[in-house]
Amino acid sequence: MTTASSGGTPLAAPVGRETFSSRKLFILSAIGSAVGLGNIWRFPYIAYENGGGAFLIPYLAALLSAGIPLLFLDYAIGHKFRGSAPLAYRRMHRGAEVLGWWQVLVCFIIAIYYAVIIAWAAMYTWFSVTQAWGDDPGAFFTGEFLEVSETVNVGFNFVPGVFWPLLLTWVAVIGIMVAGVRKGISRANGFFLPLLVVMFVLLVAQSLFLPGAIDGLNAFFTPNWAALGDPSVWAAAYGHIFFSLSVAFGIMITYSSYLKRKTDLTGSGMVVAFSNSAFEILAGIGVFAALGFMAFTAGSTVGDVAVPGIGLAFIAFPTIVSEAPLGGLMGVLFFGSLVFAGITSLISILEVIVAAVQDKLGWPRVKASLAVSIPVAFISLLLFPTATGLYLLDTFDAFVNSFGILAGALVAVILVAWFLRKLPMLSDHLNRVSSVRMRSVWIALVAVVAPVVLGYILINEFISKIGTTYEDYPTWFVGVFGWGMAAALVVVAVVLTLIPWSSKSKLHHDPEYAALIAAEEKEEGR
Amino acid sequence: MTPIAITFLVISILTVWGGLGLALVNLSRHPEDEGHLPEEIAPEL
Repeated sequence: MTTASSGGTPLAAPVGRETFSSRKLFILSAIGSAVGLGNIWRFPYIAYENGGGAFLIPYLAALLSAGIPLLFLDYAIGHKFRGSAPLAYRRMHRGAEVLGWWQVLVCFIIAIYYAVIIAWAAMYTWFSVTQAWGDDPGAFFTGEFLEVSETVNVGFNFVPGVFWPLLLTWVAVIGIMVAGVRKGISRANGFFLPLLVVMFVLLVAQSLFLPGAIDGLNAFFTPNWAALGDPSVWAAAYGHIFFSLSVAFGIMITYSSYLKRKTDLTGSGMVVAFSNSAFEILAGIGVFAALGFMAFTAGSTVGDVAVPGIGLAFIAFPTIVSEAPLGGLMGVLFFGSLVFAGITSLISILEVIVAAVQDKLGWPRVKASLAVSIPVAFISLLLFPTATGLYLLDTFDAFVNSFGILAGALVAVILVAWFLRKLPMLSDHLNRVSSVRMRSVWIALVAVVAPVVLGYILINEFISKIGTTYEDYPTWFVGVFGWGMAAALVVVAVVLTLIPWSSKSKLHHDPEYAALIAAEEKEEGR
Repeated sequence: MTPIAITFLVISILTVWGGLGLALVNLSRHPEDEGHLPEEIAPEL
């Protein structure tokens, strides 16, 4: 952790804003945030379901026309205004602070359930050695392992096999958070991300030599051209890119606020965006090669065995592990990859909340980290390692993605582009420090393409979720933990905005930011 | 593998991994600039 120099600062020197010690560590941390569980278990299925090889066209279009431009928007806001999401938006405009708190609360919801999946993956890493799931991984997952209740409810019937690994996950993550940006986040990403890549490359190599792997790759890459005429395929590509790149929920604003003054934002961002996509393609190859083997041994087709998300990771993959040569090693590589990808993403999600509290209250790093992480861990431990935790996780995930991340992104681009009209200023900021220039095309993409696409996806999500009760769960359950949770995020964001900033906060006393502004004005005056 | 699947495998890898390669080349041509500010105010910047 870094502090302001004591030389020449007589009274209560404010704690200096932490920074990544190098551009390389920032890039590693940003890739670690972007490469998460979704890259491994979501992208391959989305691509397969939406045109196979032909999906590459809408995917690249979404990456270049919306993903990367919005990534740069986050970078520009965080780096220009040098603060957590609430502070950065507040510095942009007093009325925009609420948007920052909305993003912080979205991260809070994601953090409390994301950690549980990491705990499951950690247990399955061990189960891969013992093959604890026996002959029926599906029944084992929901029965013996999660002990899922038959009634959809919220209960406190704790499952020790999930509670203890979740507790250990939180202890590890809290340790990283307390250590700060340089000693915690940077080091964790510097260690876990290369390890993740090595493990996943080994997994892909092993999968490719399995019988039936070719059928899996044929299914994954054979293009279905008719899909390109379907608007829902394009919406799926844009929707996936938004989630995959960690844009518009405060993470990249926070990380870029820790960058040094003249860091190449767009050059670094290009590396982050393409690394994320490169990993996704690798994941698609590995996952579908393994699914091809699964179909081969079952005497069925890849279409019959391909499933997304939790079903792929905790039901389909254990089946593959049981049947494949050196299956135990394959399981360790796959679930270990999920653990490492999950941890690097979880720490970035928590950092959004820690940084916001730190900025608003002027607290030092350790105090803010503990004050945020311990309550978040407590709520996570209270709600999710229970017999009803899976229902809650599923509902939170579905609604926070649609009405937290997507809705927040739509409001952010409309607010920044059309009401506050800050894009020219942010474009100037990007161009002042970056190697790849962002001018009118970038402004048009952020101001026009992104709102249109986000609006289309959000309306579709709203219609699909309002039309039928989500997953046939009880109406009250979806009302409280789906719609109610999504609405509560906005209400609580307004309440947090109304709480005055501490006199010790970065808003009132930030010599570093003042020095930055002065230096920029001096440069502009030349 | 079928020829069309191989073609799209190659195109996917070339575009995405090629994009990553170009991004890395661009970054290496623009080495990190630490910037400069008064040390007593902002030592990390």
